[in-house]
Amino acid sequence: MSEQKPGWRELPFGAIPYKSSLEYHTGDWGVERPVFDLEKCTRCTFCHFYCPEGAISFDAGHPEVDLRYCKGCGICANECPAGAIRMVRKG
Amino acid sequence: MKAITLKEAVEKPDLLASGHRLCAGCAEPIIARLVLKASRGAIIATTATGCLEVATTIFPYSAWRIPWIHTAFENAAATASGIEAAWRAMRRKGRGPLAKYETLDIVAFAGDGGTYDIGLQALSGALERGHDFTYVLLDNEAYMNTGIQRSGGTPYCAWTTTSPAGTVIPGKREWKKPIDEIVIAHETPYVATVSPAYPLDLMQKARAAFETEGPAFIHAISPCCRGWRFPSNKTIEVARLAVETCFFPLYECRVEDGRPIYKLSPPSLAIAKRPERKKPVEEYLKVQGRFRHLFRPEKREDLIERIQRWVDRRWEMLLEKAGL
Amino acid sequence: MSRQKLLGLNGDEAAAYAIKQVNPDVVAAYPITPQTIIVERFSEYVADGLVDTEFVAVESEHSAMSCCIGAAAAGARAFTATAANGLALMWEMLYIAASLRLPIVMAVVNRAMSAPINIHNDHSDSMGARDSGWIQIYCENSQEVYDTCIEAWRIGEHLDVQLPVMVCLDGFTLSHTMENVLTLSDEAVRDFIGERPYIKVRGHLGEAEFRLDPEKPLTMGPLDLYDFYFEHKMHQVEAMKEALKAIPEIDEEYAEISGREYRLLHPYMMEDAEVAIIGLGSTMGTVRYVVDRMRRRGLKVGMVRMRVFRPFPTEELQKLLKDVEVVGVLDKAMSFGAPGGPLYEELRTIFYDVDENPIIVDYIYGLGGRDTPPHLIEETYEELLEVKRRGEAVEKLKFLGVRM
Repeated sequence: MSEQKPGWRELPFGAIPYKSSLEYHTGDWGVERPVFDLEKCTRCTFCHFYCPEGAISFDAGHPEVDLRYCKGCGICANECPAGAIRMVRKG
Repeated sequence: MKAITLKEAVEKPDLLASGHRLCAGCAEPIIARLVLKASRGAIIATTATGCLEVATTIFPYSAWRIPWIHTAFENAAATASGIEAAWRAMRRKGRGPLAKYETLDIVAFAGDGGTYDIGLQALSGALERGHDFTYVLLDNEAYMNTGIQRSGGTPYCAWTTTSPAGTVIPGKREWKKPIDEIVIAHETPYVATVSPAYPLDLMQKARAAFETEGPAFIHAISPCCRGWRFPSNKTIEVARLAVETCFFPLYECRVEDGRPIYKLSPPSLAIAKRPERKKPVEEYLKVQGRFRHLFRPEKREDLIERIQRWVDRRWEMLLEKAGL
Repeated sequence: MSRQKLLGLNGDEAAAYAIKQVNPDVVAAYPITPQTIIVERFSEYVADGLVDTEFVAVESEHSAMSCCIGAAAAGARAFTATAANGLALMWEMLYIAASLRLPIVMAVVNRAMSAPINIHNDHSDSMGARDSGWIQIYCENSQEVYDTCIEAWRIGEHLDVQLPVMVCLDGFTLSHTMENVLTLSDEAVRDFIGERPYIKVRGHLGEAEFRLDPEKPLTMGPLDLYDFYFEHKMHQVEAMKEALKAIPEIDEEYAEISGREYRLLHPYMMEDAEVAIIGLGSTMGTVRYVVDRMRRRGLKVGMVRMRVFRPFPTEELQKLLKDVEVVGVLDKAMSFGAPGGPLYEELRTIFYDVDENPIIVDYIYGLGGRDTPPHLIEETYEELLEVKRRGEAVEKLKFLGVRM
């Protein structure tokens, strides 16, 4: 059912959070996900800046979305100046 | 001042990590990520109680990859003052854990609730004392975290749960408190307005704020798809319309020789130079459900006109101050 | 034991002088009578370059505590001082300082809570904050104020404690009355308090010292839902238990360098006392004087001055008072609507389950600076002796010194 939560003796001093939010995958929040047309994409990088989750990276030299965190808000698709992003319903 | 470029910023790892639980389409993390991209190196942040603070630090998780503290709602500026005083003292003594930082970006994030209203005293005190810190106002124009109640930053006629649009009263009756003028009146060395729709402009202003000696104030318009009632993918569009209609013009104000010098930023300067580019405020109002009662069941031309006059008057005053 | 210099200082000056020697990183304070002399004197030290402290002239007491919290979180030593409504204004921040486990030191110059506005002494301010999680120490004279303002840093910063400390001194009676104060050398104070130590914690980005540092980022002050808050509060419960052990250790260390021995409780003539009075603060000096007078008349009376109120020294008190037949509690604060004053209620609680327990009577006294001269204390002892003779107390809650 639910994992046993730590007792007070196990919790860190001073109510310090001990898990990075990267361990919390918000990717299941959204019903849609962005799909990138890399031919149309001009590498303007605006999608990286506009994403509230910081889920779009250009590490590969082109936009890639981390679906573990994408909430499907659709801002990237709505804003892409080249029309290179469209939102599709997740399978 | 070391300028910031999109290319450089794209490569900087996010200091506010993914996995936070702000609403899909929320502008606050967009703004916060952009501000943090402009950090010069060592940075300590504090955040007032509100959406950003709550959704990024749900125990045992934290999305902040920088040292960060939340204390209470009305005291972001006072908490930041304490951090700054500690750093100053340690530098002076040449002893203490923060003494090794020659430059330290100290930033306070607060909403309109924690700034216009309950936080105004602490902000005023911190500005008067001249602490070396940056205050970022995340203005979503209501107390959003507690459920969309009106604040001093809520605009005229906006629907909120404590200023609802009823049959007799059409939303908030008071006008948006002129917070920028208040901060400028404190002779704050650097004041700027930003919109997440213009990310490079935002980052450059954040960098300028960090580099300012003394207090700096960044006022960010932060459209809230929940409280302003628009689809989550329109956040940036709304943030752009706010600038294009001059509802929220972009500018900087620096104190030079004791005088406030205003400088319009490119998106607003373009409108100043070609006034025909200025969009009617109606275009901004009609995409937001919180102004829906101005259009349905009947169009309230009288109220829309009042809002247009308010926008025009403030735009003209700004142009005057900027010497245009 | 080092050489000590005798100075004529009032309570406020004694606090300011001690803090000057401590030389904290940050002092953020807002003036309020009768604390004003502390901030004024300290400002002079700053203006004369006698301290390295960053003095932040905050715009309210709420900001004073907020500023101290920000500073302490950043790893600094932070001090503030206030009284009455100033303490009340920072009420939410008191809880936050304690639960964020920041060893801030604050002098509270005890003054009555408004309304009506009254600038004189009683304990309604600090008593109102007794649930906040701060360590509370009540001083009897300016010497103790000086000594406690030094000890407080070691107490709060003790690695098993890590809690903020409230040093209470009676407004005007102590704060504005000059007394002889033996002061340690700057070096002796520095050696005693040392550098602030930090707890090591395991944060979400790795191990770090419990302070804000760009090299080892931590998040302080998260949102707790109902699944973690209770556990975090247990940490504070535990810290108070540790404080009860740590305070006597530090008192012992301080006695070695100063020659002055402080304890959780200061009993006087208790070995064979049949009735006793217990209370906090400067009035206990008057009580001690009356004890001597009555002893000369052959009456077996005694007194206990409670120095540490939080954490409450339950066991020590149970041991001290169990053989006494009647205890009169002096409460300089009233909890309106409650069966009695705060000290009375706690005392009754610790004796309820004990087989040998005294009859306990409550005397609310001194509210708003009402003078409590020796004859009133003498009358109180007479009443307690009468209760002893009858074997019971008809009235448990009395008001001493008020005009009926």
